[in-house]
Amino acid sequence: FVNKLQYLARIDRARALTAQTAETDAIRFLVGTQSLKFDNQIHIIDFDDENNVINKSVLLHDAGEIWHISGSPADKAVLTTCYSKTSESRVLTCAAVWRMPPEWESGNHESPDDSSNNPQTLELLCHLDNTAHGSVACVLWEPMGDGKRVISLAENHVLLWDLQESSTKATISSSATLEGKGQLKFTAGKWSPHHNNTQLATANDTAIRGWDLRSMSQIYCIENAHGQLVRDLDFNPNKQYYLASCGDDCKVKFWDVRHINEPVKCLEEHSHWVWSVRYNHSHDQLLLTGSSDSRVILSNMVSISSEPFGHLVDDDELSDNEESQQEDKGKEPLQDSIIATYEEHEDSVYAVEWSAADPWLFASLSYDGRLVINRVPRALKYRILL
Amino acid sequence: MSSATTPPDSDPNGRRRIHSMLKLYYGLNEEGKAADQAESLDPCDINGPHFDPEVYLNKLRKECSLGELMDHESCMVKQIRSLDSDMQTLVYENYNKFISATDTIRKMKNDFKKMEDEMDCLSANMASITEFSARISGTLQDQHAQITKLSGVHTLLRKLQFLFELPARLNKCLELQAYAQAVSAHRRARCVLQQYSHMPSFRGIQDDCHVIMEQLAQQLRQKFRDGGSSAKDLSECVELLLQLDEPAEELCDKFLSHAQSRLEADLQGLEAELKDSAVTDTGGGSVQKTSPGSNPVSPSSSVINPFLSPTAGTDILEFIDRGCNEFVSSLCLVIASYQELFINRPQEGELASKNIPEMANGKLHVFVDTLAARYFSLVERRIQEEKGVSDNSLLVRALDRFHRRLQAISKLLPGSAVPSHGTEIVVQAARQRIKQYLSALQTFYHDSLTDVRQALAAPRLAVGGASASGGGASSKDATPSLPELLASLSNFILNQLKSVLASVHLFTAKDITFSNKPYFKGEFCSQGVREGLVVSFIKFICQSSRQYCESAGDRGGSTPPALLLLLSRLCLDYETSTISYILTLTDEQSCSEITEPLCLLLDNIYWVNTIEPRNVRAVMKRVVEDTTSIDVQVGLLYEEGVRKAHSSDSSKRTFSVYSSSRQQIRYAPSYTPSAPMDTNLLSNIHKLFSERIDIFSPVEFNKVSVLTGIIKISLKTFLECVRLRTFGRYGLQQIQVDCHYLQMYLWRFVSDENLVHFLLDEIVCSAAHRCLDPSPMEQSVIEVICERG
Repeated sequence: FVNKLQYLARIDRARALTAQTAETDAIRFLVGTQSLKFDNQIHIIDFDDENNVINKSVLLHDAGEIWHISGSPADKAVLTTCYSKTSESRVLTCAAVWRMPPEWESGNHESPDDSSNNPQTLELLCHLDNTAHGSVACVLWEPMGDGKRVISLAENHVLLWDLQESSTKATISSSATLEGKGQLKFTAGKWSPHHNNTQLATANDTAIRGWDLRSMSQIYCIENAHGQLVRDLDFNPNKQYYLASCGDDCKVKFWDVRHINEPVKCLEEHSHWVWSVRYNHSHDQLLLTGSSDSRVILSNMVSISSEPFGHLVDDDELSDNEESQQEDKGKEPLQDSIIATYEEHEDSVYAVEWSAADPWLFASLSYDGRLVINRVPRALKYRILL
Repeated sequence: MSSATTPPDSDPNGRRRIHSMLKLYYGLNEEGKAADQAESLDPCDINGPHFDPEVYLNKLRKECSLGELMDHESCMVKQIRSLDSDMQTLVYENYNKFISATDTIRKMKNDFKKMEDEMDCLSANMASITEFSARISGTLQDQHAQITKLSGVHTLLRKLQFLFELPARLNKCLELQAYAQAVSAHRRARCVLQQYSHMPSFRGIQDDCHVIMEQLAQQLRQKFRDGGSSAKDLSECVELLLQLDEPAEELCDKFLSHAQSRLEADLQGLEAELKDSAVTDTGGGSVQKTSPGSNPVSPSSSVINPFLSPTAGTDILEFIDRGCNEFVSSLCLVIASYQELFINRPQEGELASKNIPEMANGKLHVFVDTLAARYFSLVERRIQEEKGVSDNSLLVRALDRFHRRLQAISKLLPGSAVPSHGTEIVVQAARQRIKQYLSALQTFYHDSLTDVRQALAAPRLAVGGASASGGGASSKDATPSLPELLASLSNFILNQLKSVLASVHLFTAKDITFSNKPYFKGEFCSQGVREGLVVSFIKFICQSSRQYCESAGDRGGSTPPALLLLLSRLCLDYETSTISYILTLTDEQSCSEITEPLCLLLDNIYWVNTIEPRNVRAVMKRVVEDTTSIDVQVGLLYEEGVRKAHSSDSSKRTFSVYSSSRQQIRYAPSYTPSAPMDTNLLSNIHKLFSERIDIFSPVEFNKVSVLTGIIKISLKTFLECVRLRTFGRYGLQQIQVDCHYLQMYLWRFVSDENLVHFLLDEIVCSAAHRCLDPSPMEQSVIEVICERG
């Protein structure tokens, strides 16, 4: 059994990748393609862990090319996409909630010679109507929520939607608008899983802003968080005040939002824009970043993780001392480090994502449509677990 | 041991016999009764105690034949005979011995009787001797008593005479200044007088003596206080005073306070000088600032040279000299005489028990320490005033002298902390000096950097103005000064560093006493000079360069990249490790400068509905211009570097990449939903044959490598921007035109032109992908447009 397994899946040009959040049994990723000329698709990549086989199913997404995709945390058949729509020689990015047809799972695996097999179409649940607000950058589901609330970031607006009648109707429950000088278009956002889901972080230009969703007001603002555009954010799933950000200055920065003057830590491993940063859902020392230098870097940030840093010996561990001593020797040099740099991609990597089902598995997607599934190195996995 | 425990089958007879015989020998008969019974059970044993002749005979008679009986009988008779004869000999021998013993005893009795008579005679004689002796001593008794009495009277009389003469004698001694005699005489009489002071006559004498001695002590004290007399006199004086029960502590105190007042005067003199110099320093500083030759390397007149010395009223050497001559030498004198007086004096009598040397030594140490501390603080102040960095030799000499004189003290006063403290001061001074040098170097560096910036900024502004108004011709004027600037800058810094090192070197010169101290031998060189001065200076340079870079990044390119280049080159000259960092920063900086307008442009235009391209966009021209200027700048500072061989006409060759036939395949009708593989296939095949291009390879220190890096990153950024847009037909065409234009001009800057081809290809390809209506422009039209632009 090989330590670092990787599987390639070929898709057409694609940017949007998400793990199927509500699915906790199967390792499943959703990829949205990007094509202006022909119908866009959503590829459902199933990874069979036991047989090491990738199964791919395709659903048709005929609304337009997909820029962002995210799955509902409650219903694994429901997802949102941000897609661009061309009308009257204007390009507008819209957002919609979709439901996968129930039959997709029943043996609709695309086979290469079976191109005539017409893929099924996504069932539209509702539009998140944004004609008044401009292009949508991304749609965020309430983390671990009941799948009833989403936030969309449209230009400089934050819109909180309530999905009603089994997601077929969306109404804006509250909204906020960022006003001021300079570039105010939101580029990324993240709904904080802490504080009872009342906080949101957004990025526009070089600034990171925090929002209180109850009052829809700004609670903090990290000006000049990055030297250039901020591309992505992620909250530490276990430490409520910590978040990671990445941007065009090739850096990944870690912030404690209580002390916004200085980043807690700064990584400069990439040599081009960093497009995506993701904390592992359960072991927050593991951090995944993808960059347009076509590299994916898995780093181990022990010092700012929720794991006890340094040396902690349990009493029962002391009892069988000889064994534990040996273990300690192996354990101690766990320090902030780059675990691995994955260079399988040949084009810019725009999205990286951890699997929702298996915390040791992740996928990365590059522009040329290559999806690579990798595992956390086994040695490290056992070190973290044991 | 009992037979009961013995197993019956293990030859009990043999054992029993041995045991019984042993028991017989040791008289242990009562113990083993069983053994006795066993013995008695055998009455046939002729040797046993329970031998029964009757049984034995019966047994023999029963068991033996007649012949055997006869044999037995004759044998028995023989044994009995031999036993009889043995017994007779033994009896005879014993009788003889007894007879001789009786004889001896009789003889002894006679001898003792004779001895008793002689002893009686002896004791009688002894008794008569004792009697005679008693009689003689009885007759001599009277005379003896008389003689003793007479001799007692005689000594008493002599003592009395001495006492009566004592005042006169003391007076005479006083007159003759024979203090020592007086004191010894008085000492002898003192206790007698004390004893008989209840008698009036003696009392009178005692009073007289007291008065005289008082006088004498007075005189001695006077003499002691004067202090002018020779050391020997002084020591005699102190000795006498000590003998007169004058408390030694008080004497020490007096002596020291006396010395202190003198030393204090010296110190005050020094302090006054220090104040004077401070005054003259501020007053006359401006006048003396223009001392010639002190500032040979200042790059401009606006620089305030930190190497000018703050000219003091007296220089430090003079100051230290004076301090040494006056204070330290008199301190040494005081210490020497004090030690002779109180510490090294041979002790006699009860004085020795008072632990005077210890006490005196303690006092001396306190005294010396306090005075030395004051002196040191003065010296420290003076050294701190020595802010200037020019006359290092003076300082070093002064420190040397200071240190040398303190060695004298350390020889005199071995346990004292003074010399070590002094060394500390020297070390401190050296450290401070190094710090001063460092800060001076830093200010110098800053100043020269500002100069360079100004020099750079002036022509740059001109260029900016010119290019804004439409012409870029004047850019050539500004750039030639770059290498000159670099040369002069590095020269200044190098010279400055050299001179600083030379003057620091003085600290470790051979003829300087403190250079032998371990600190100066090791730590000063490595820690102080190397780490503290040179390395931290270089670090400072790097750091400031870094700051420039980072601040530039924050403010969006307000620092001219030329300056960064200059810095990077400068760092290359000094230390190679940091350069890559600076250089990458420089790279990034330049890149952002180039790419920012590109991105802005892409942002601002609605690409979906642009007009048909007629021209190369001005931004592209600007990019090429910028690249050219960077090329020139980098070229001035770095070597050319290796370039892959060009084809004879590179700019022409580039067309082939965009040949219309190929584009036809790539962009036009092949896009059908049914065949999505084609596009990938094509680009993949393309990628297969072109090597994977590492966009982010490390930058080397030559012009081509730097520029290649810049262009690579710029184009990559351009590519990313393109991928984020959606284009209309003319948008794509505009990109085509722009890329072609870039292709025409950029290949010459890079080490491998294929790289540029590949990236531009990728840009156009991506643009085509992102195009709603991908109908590419005819290659010939593009050429015409580009050549026109």
